[in-house]
Amino acid sequence: MLRYSLKRLLGAVPTLFVIVTLTFFMMRAAPGGPFDSARRLPPEIEHNVAAAYNLDKPLLTQYGIYLTKLAHGDFGPSYKNKDFTVAQLIGIGLPVSAKLGLSAMAVAIILGFLLGTWAALRQNRWQDYSVMAVAMTGITIPTFVTAPVLTLIFGIYGISLFGHDFTLPVGGWAGGKLANMILPVTVLALPQVAFIARLTRGSMIEVLRSNYIRTARAKGLPSFRIITRHALRAAILPLVSYLGPAVAGILTGSLVVEQIFGIPGVGRYFIQAALNRDYTLVMGVVICYAGLIVALNFVADVLYAILDPRVRLT
Amino acid sequence: MKTDVMDAAVALKGRSLWKDAWTRLLRNRAALASMIILGLIAALALFAPLVSAYAYDEINYEIVSCAPNWWPISAPCLAGGTHWFGTDAVGRDLFVRVLYGARVSLAVGFVATLVSLVIGVAYGATAGYLGGRVDALMMRLVDILYSLPFIFFVIILMVLFDRNFFLLFVAIGAVVWLTMARIVRGQTLSIKQKEFVEAARAGGVSSFGIITRHIMPNVVGPVVVYVTLTVPDVILIESFLSFLGLGIQEPLTSWGVLIADGANTMESAPWLLIFPALFMAVTLFCFNFIGDGLRDALDPRDR
Amino acid sequence: MTALLEIRNLNVYFATPDSDVHAVKDVSLTIGESECLGVVGESGSGKSQLFLGAMGLLASNGRASGSVLYRGQEILGAPAASLNRLRGAKITMIFQDPLTSLTPHMTVGAQIMEALNSHRALPRDEARARVREMLEYVRIPDAARRMTQYPHELSGGMRQRVMIAMATITGPDLLIADEPTTALDVTVQAQILEILRALKSDKKTAIALISHDMGVIAGNADQVQVMRSGRIVEQGPVDNIFYAPQQDYTKMLLAAMPRAADPGPDTSPRQELLLDVRDLKVSFPVSQGIFAKAKELRAVDGVSFTLRAGETLGVVGESGCGKSTLARAVLQLLPADKGKVLWLGRDLTEESREDIRRQRRGFQIVFQDPLASLDPRMPVGVSIAEPLKALEPGLSRADIAARVRAMMQKVGLEPEWINRYPHELSGGQNQRVGIARAMIIAPRMVVCDEAVSALDVSIQAQIVDLLKGLQAETGLAMIFISHDLAVVRRLSHRVMVLYLGRVVEMANSDALYRDPRHPYTRALLAAAPTPDPRHERTRPRALLTGDLPSPLDRRAQLSFLKSKRIDDAEADQYRPLLIEEAPGHFVAEHDPVI
Repeated sequence: MLRYSLKRLLGAVPTLFVIVTLTFFMMRAAPGGPFDSARRLPPEIEHNVAAAYNLDKPLLTQYGIYLTKLAHGDFGPSYKNKDFTVAQLIGIGLPVSAKLGLSAMAVAIILGFLLGTWAALRQNRWQDYSVMAVAMTGITIPTFVTAPVLTLIFGIYGISLFGHDFTLPVGGWAGGKLANMILPVTVLALPQVAFIARLTRGSMIEVLRSNYIRTARAKGLPSFRIITRHALRAAILPLVSYLGPAVAGILTGSLVVEQIFGIPGVGRYFIQAALNRDYTLVMGVVICYAGLIVALNFVADVLYAILDPRVRLT
Repeated sequence: MKTDVMDAAVALKGRSLWKDAWTRLLRNRAALASMIILGLIAALALFAPLVSAYAYDEINYEIVSCAPNWWPISAPCLAGGTHWFGTDAVGRDLFVRVLYGARVSLAVGFVATLVSLVIGVAYGATAGYLGGRVDALMMRLVDILYSLPFIFFVIILMVLFDRNFFLLFVAIGAVVWLTMARIVRGQTLSIKQKEFVEAARAGGVSSFGIITRHIMPNVVGPVVVYVTLTVPDVILIESFLSFLGLGIQEPLTSWGVLIADGANTMESAPWLLIFPALFMAVTLFCFNFIGDGLRDALDPRDR
Repeated sequence: MTALLEIRNLNVYFATPDSDVHAVKDVSLTIGESECLGVVGESGSGKSQLFLGAMGLLASNGRASGSVLYRGQEILGAPAASLNRLRGAKITMIFQDPLTSLTPHMTVGAQIMEALNSHRALPRDEARARVREMLEYVRIPDAARRMTQYPHELSGGMRQRVMIAMATITGPDLLIADEPTTALDVTVQAQILEILRALKSDKKTAIALISHDMGVIAGNADQVQVMRSGRIVEQGPVDNIFYAPQQDYTKMLLAAMPRAADPGPDTSPRQELLLDVRDLKVSFPVSQGIFAKAKELRAVDGVSFTLRAGETLGVVGESGCGKSTLARAVLQLLPADKGKVLWLGRDLTEESREDIRRQRRGFQIVFQDPLASLDPRMPVGVSIAEPLKALEPGLSRADIAARVRAMMQKVGLEPEWINRYPHELSGGQNQRVGIARAMIIAPRMVVCDEAVSALDVSIQAQIVDLLKGLQAETGLAMIFISHDLAVVRRLSHRVMVLYLGRVVEMANSDALYRDPRHPYTRALLAAAPTPDPRHERTRPRALLTGDLPSPLDRRAQLSFLKSKRIDDAEADQYRPLLIEEAPGHFVAEHDPVI
């Protein structure tokens, strides 16, 4: 197990290297730079600024400098937010994004799995059809439609129950208060809930049809035990494989959700940084997220091996 | 349990698996309805200039953000005439804009899927057919690319290359080809090991003949299914980019742009959100139903 | 006295999108205390669905009607809770495929324990001891360790023993065994059947034995029911069914059963030498993880033989003996590591791919699984025509069509089916297509790799007759590969027995069946069940113990020459010599048989 982890850790280095290289050269291939602006600076100042950030050197040298710094854990300064380093900016944004993303992930997995299992157990009955209809809707309606619609209903028109006002805030983070989280997390989780429910239903139906479930029934086990002991673990496997893509989906969604709800996460920086050619910040965010995906893929593989004894980690 | 009895009553002409699948697909009511609706939307989009009396960029400041005449709830103003879906913030006809949006969204969907199809099939088939070390290496690269936060790359591309329409297709296609490559590779690998391929080799069929006559026709099924599920995916990605302001530029439009604009004025002019969102949702629904139907039709043992 | 289990007028239906399938039609039967009822029938006869229906275990689209009485008490349609007190406790089941029938993520110990615990509350230690005892009863060595293993870590035979242990630990009155040995090798099958017999005699458990194999039924059943397309055709005591069958269908089944005692074809024709295989070796790397060093699996390890025109060589062996690999290496579908394959004097292993491709006119192959070996998206006529197009270019379309039609007629297919697809034909018909494809270019040799193993016995007999007819007509040479000694007997002039990649015995088939010399050949012959109840009851059972060893373990090849074995899995072992003990009768060196 320890050996496997080390091996995977080493395996992640080339992956991240490819990502860094690709991003670096892609950004530089495009016209424009961080200090182009409407107001033309005097040439000598422009030159000094470029020299300060090593932008006057050949591209390969810049690449070398960046890699060396990166190896020491230095993401460099932000070109646009002059008072901050990239590491500081990420340090501020990441906890917010992580809290939002992980909550959405947890909601998606738990709710999606329960709904999918329920639909599978009631296959071809109204419960199944309604869960699948809702799931299909969840997949086809984009986040930037659900967000304003839910905001309108729960934030602006508001709801009151038993004389209490349950109207939710329509934006802002407020340090991650529960009330502020409900809407963004719901919006972010919804497509994933839908996808996971469909996935779980399919795999659960297949497992329930398998020979070993028949054996378990022939043993006279009650159906609750058959599902929990025999079916669940096998049915959950495709879900584990889906963890990686799910994270990617949540990431994509979070760009929109952070924008709509005005949440100070990493995603908002990213779009700004890309528009401003803030090279270092873009790189920092990409590396950060790539590292996250690599780590989650590792977790998914380990989980898979724990759940399925036929898989050996080598 | 299949019966071994095959009576002579069956027509002399055999039914190929394609024809079988096609009849099964037609019997699937959701898929059939989806195909009809999708065909209608596509036809409307294609003949948009003929269908509507207005041009998509025809501005009319007299009727800014007006509801269609039949709008059931009271609205600030009515667009009148043949503005069936009302008008937008500069008085353009929403109906024709939704159709032009359909053109862009569907075009992005199809072209990007085509790009991913070409890359994915070439890459996956090569890896699968060659097998061994080459395969391991090629798939390792796909694994690496999988851990890229790919949406960021599309964003970077779109920002840096100034929202080039063509590039949008390519960028999205370059994102979604990975799964296609995996599917094609897996399928090729499994078919290559099938006994009927060995039988063909024993019968003296050349490698070229085996690839074209046996492997390719058998890979098509899953690829077709995946294609129908990729198109809606791509439409979603495009709309998402448009929402972030990185997609199509005015006065051209796409469903994503329309929806993004509509979302901003949802309270005052809800029709601007409802119609484009409805069109897009219906289209995505249709593709998903067709994809599911195709999967069932091509793989009859499931169900 | 009430019967243990009585089924009255049971019907089973399955709802399919097209129509309802009536799988079991009005079946009635009884099983007495500690009696073995054999239910025999071909595929699709409804024999499995009959018992699944009775036990309430049908797939979700199935339903059963009628009456099922356990000691006089109705259980069909009984509430799940009361049914669950019976299932797994009083009536238990084992199934055909023990790998998929065991839950993959639970240890076998836990699964057996669960069967015990859900019907009887025992203290943990006592339960564990019971499980161990039971595993020892079904002769699983090293039971304590096996309990902690997962199903995929056990061999096929072991898994079926685990299933039996799980099904007997609660001390049931009735064990329903649904094709329990079909997926197993013949020597392992014999051991599993032995356990079932012991169960009946020491634990007085009644058994319902479901099988397609008349031989398995003959040796174990007291009463027999013959089923065909959902109905019971004939029933009665085992001796009556086997020695005085009343119904034509039963007679046909019995007549179709191959027997090792059947006369084979006449002696080998002394004709032109077609094929001369010398010391052929094929091995595969078996990787154990990406980074671990791959082990070498020697699938074929030095096999030599010859084949003459018009002759049939039977090749017999159990799974892992390398018989299919041998066929593929001879036909140049797999590269050989070493050795020569001389076809009409030319060494094929030395020739270029294109030269080999052209030579394929001379040698063809028929595969085991008729459906898998035909391209599902190609009409059968096109499949049959493929070798013709590839190897005789320049034929006109009309010529090709005419030859395909003529060939189809010859193998017993309607020429009008030329545009049919494989999924529209039955297994037997598809196998005829496979034969037609192999025969269309008039090859001089055909390799039949388990060509009849996937077919029902009545179809099997027809295909064997077809092959015999084709051989008589065209002077075809055949290599007939099978795990079943009895089938091989009908066709072969000479027989070669393989064990883990090596020849252990080769002789004229009369000599081999009359006077087997090698202990492995003897064990194979002894293990094969025959459709003869009296013989089965009285004959001595010289059984091999344990499962087939792994072909990765090099010691295993010397299982019959332990005196020369070095006890190291990696070491190079002694190679037993083939000794000509009688003219044409070759036997590998072995320890003396006791």
